[in-house]
Amino acid sequence: MAQHKVNYLADGGTPIKLTTVDKIVNFGRSNSLWPMTYGLACCAIEMMASGGSRFDFDRFGTIFRASPRQSDVIVVAGTLTKKHAEFMRRLYDQMPDPKWVISMGSCANTGGMFNTYATVQGVDRVVPVDIYLPGCAPRPETLQYALMMLQRKIRREPAGMAQRAKRLI
Amino acid sequence: MQHVNKLKPFFENIAFEREDNTMVVNFGPQHPSAHGQLRLMLELQGEEVVKAYPDVGYLHRGIEKMGENMIYNEFLPTTDRMDYIASSSNNYGYALAVEKLIGVEVPRRAEVIRTMLLELNRIISHLFWLATHALDVGAMSIFLYAFREREFAMDLMEDYCGARLTHSAIRIGGVPLDLPNNWISDLENFMTTLETQIPIYEGLLTKNRIWRMRLENVGVIPEKLAKQWAVSGVALRGSGVKWDLRKEMPYGLYPELDFNIPVSDKCDSYGRYKCTMAEMYECTKILRQLIPMYNESDTQLMAHAPEYISATKEDIMTQNYSLMQHFVLVTQGMRPPVGEVYVATESPKGELGFYIVSDGTPYAYKLKCRAPSFWHTGLLNDLLPGHQLADVVTIIGNLNIVFGEIDR
Amino acid sequence: MRAYKPKDDVQKKSYYSDRFYVTPTLAKKSIYSDSIFSEDTLSLGNKVEVLESYIQADHLVIYIKHEDNINTIKHLKEIRAYDFLMELTAVDYISTRDGFEVIYEMLSTSKHKRIRVKTFIKNKESIASVESLFRMADWSEREMYDMYGIVANNHPNMKRILMPNDWYGHPLLKTYPLQGDEIGSWYEVDKIFGIEARQTVGPELRDAACVDRYDTNRFARLGHEVLKGVDISENEPDTPIRYQEEGGVQLFGKKLVTPFDEMEKITLKERK
Repeated sequence: MAQHKVNYLADGGTPIKLTTVDKIVNFGRSNSLWPMTYGLACCAIEMMASGGSRFDFDRFGTIFRASPRQSDVIVVAGTLTKKHAEFMRRLYDQMPDPKWVISMGSCANTGGMFNTYATVQGVDRVVPVDIYLPGCAPRPETLQYALMMLQRKIRREPAGMAQRAKRLI
Repeated sequence: MQHVNKLKPFFENIAFEREDNTMVVNFGPQHPSAHGQLRLMLELQGEEVVKAYPDVGYLHRGIEKMGENMIYNEFLPTTDRMDYIASSSNNYGYALAVEKLIGVEVPRRAEVIRTMLLELNRIISHLFWLATHALDVGAMSIFLYAFREREFAMDLMEDYCGARLTHSAIRIGGVPLDLPNNWISDLENFMTTLETQIPIYEGLLTKNRIWRMRLENVGVIPEKLAKQWAVSGVALRGSGVKWDLRKEMPYGLYPELDFNIPVSDKCDSYGRYKCTMAEMYECTKILRQLIPMYNESDTQLMAHAPEYISATKEDIMTQNYSLMQHFVLVTQGMRPPVGEVYVATESPKGELGFYIVSDGTPYAYKLKCRAPSFWHTGLLNDLLPGHQLADVVTIIGNLNIVFGEIDR
Repeated sequence: MRAYKPKDDVQKKSYYSDRFYVTPTLAKKSIYSDSIFSEDTLSLGNKVEVLESYIQADHLVIYIKHEDNINTIKHLKEIRAYDFLMELTAVDYISTRDGFEVIYEMLSTSKHKRIRVKTFIKNKESIASVESLFRMADWSEREMYDMYGIVANNHPNMKRILMPNDWYGHPLLKTYPLQGDEIGSWYEVDKIFGIEARQTVGPELRDAACVDRYDTNRFARLGHEVLKGVDISENEPDTPIRYQEEGGVQLFGKKLVTPFDEMEKITLKERK
């Protein structure tokens, strides 16, 4: 987990006014985030349930894409094991910029209840994470809230330049 | 920005085409279909599978080792995460195994509630199976319909124990909570809805020409192969073997309940599909029989075995010895008798068994979870050759495998 | 001096031992209390040497020598109608008996009975594979090898199944710690970023009970406790949960996304 204290709820922080082009681009990006289906374990079921009809995920403009080459955000839902970590990094590398990572559930945040030899203690040992979702399994509403927070985070970023290098752990 | 790492692209290392014109396709550990982390390496001759090699272990979390390092009660929520679609069935199997080891008898109302949860979980699991199987084969609207029904069932589970997915609703010695006030009427409403909706799904699929062409004569598991691979559950009943642990080696309340076991002697995916749909009706039948049993039972929920099981919350909060015993049981754990048990129950996926070796200490000496999906995935090794590539997806979906169980 | 922790069994042990409590053993009944089981044992006894047999928890438990495992299972399968081999696994008794106990759990659908066949093999010995009799042993023996290091002879594909192919160590041994040894804990970092990245990524944080003063939401103020009701916010503004930026998302003076008002509530009368 990140060692520094980040207040995701405060607005911005920098007094830079975003220009109109930035705003349009960021608006477009945030409202059409295409997640990659990266359901690993139990949280995947909640992710699918949030894509179902009661907690409709499509109204955020998200379409679940199977291919990493066509997706913006990867929602890591479930336990990442050491056998799988290599493939996860490979898939993350295959995503084009700009890309974001939502770590869903305790297993993806910190390894969760599986404090064992075969579990990666947190997906942020392997990829840089933007939003952490607590829960085991988190409710679909939590996933939607995380997506909304990610949308706000995207709207704050300057759109033109390449993404700033994210800190890995 | 690309973070520098050591992974080289794979395609420089594998020859795509071999001399005999077969192509190696890697059905990677990340799937667009909903089944989790199966890596299936297929050798294809044109579109036909010549050899199949399933590679599992991408969700191996060390649950069995955790069982050796946790006390019996502490391990129960971990069993939830094995078959995460029908969590209470795993809890029930584990609780039954430990109860057999320590030799307690569960009170009547707890048995009724447990059986209700089991059958509700069976419905949840079969709806999920239907949704994902139909999604894989291509009938995508069934996914949304079945998930809608599932939401109602998960509402019921949430009303009961607070959690939608990983319940831990069944404890060793009984259940911790009684049913909330309107639960039974909500359950009856749910069953009425389900019994009107399942014919709609069957109407969409059962006589559908495309569905039948995709599923008939695909994934034929002859009885001999099924017995070789220790196949159990719907896959076995779809191959003509009338074997359901609830009827043949009954446990819990099942001897008193009246229900049928659907069996199909066409050993293909279509037969398994029909068996699973029929099983959902049987579940509602069982649930209807359980409701009057609940109303007639008296209110004790946890077994009375002070050596192994804590008292009720009222007693703990008011009686001193109950508090002391609860403290010791929670911090140190119960000390069951020395011995070994293997208890198998019929989970929605097949025969779920727990093998516990106890040496008298609060920590199990060995805890093996016999997960049915493990061998159903191994079965793919022998089953897939001869099928087309499109059938591979059908078969994987039809066999109802869940990776939390396989890799534990 | 630190307490001596024996290294041949590093699994968690109970802190207190109850000196005066004699743990009972689960009842073992004689094989003659059940007619089917006694017939099975006697018929098996003609074929192989049965070292011990009893009935425990509705199972017939039979001890045989490990050389006889194929013959036993063949006899039970073909002659005594135990048509399923349900489970094949091993138990680690290296610290006490210097070996493993391999168990075969079989089920007879016609007789509705379960039988458990147990053999003992010494550490670093291998056992014959029963894959020719039951194909399920293909995967079960691979799992046994992966978790315990017990090699099965004449197995078509003796490779690791649950752990990665280049994993070092056999996890379910009693000498293997739950949280993994040194090599295992760096596995993913070495694989993806290389050994040089161990410093940047840092060791795994495996202390589940770790709380420090800077916990989010100031949940645990260890060492800095205050009386109940004292304001500890240090004049930081109260951050309400905000789903959107304040005032919605504006563009060209027009609101693209209308602001979400938390005070505007709709209560559903019945659950949809």
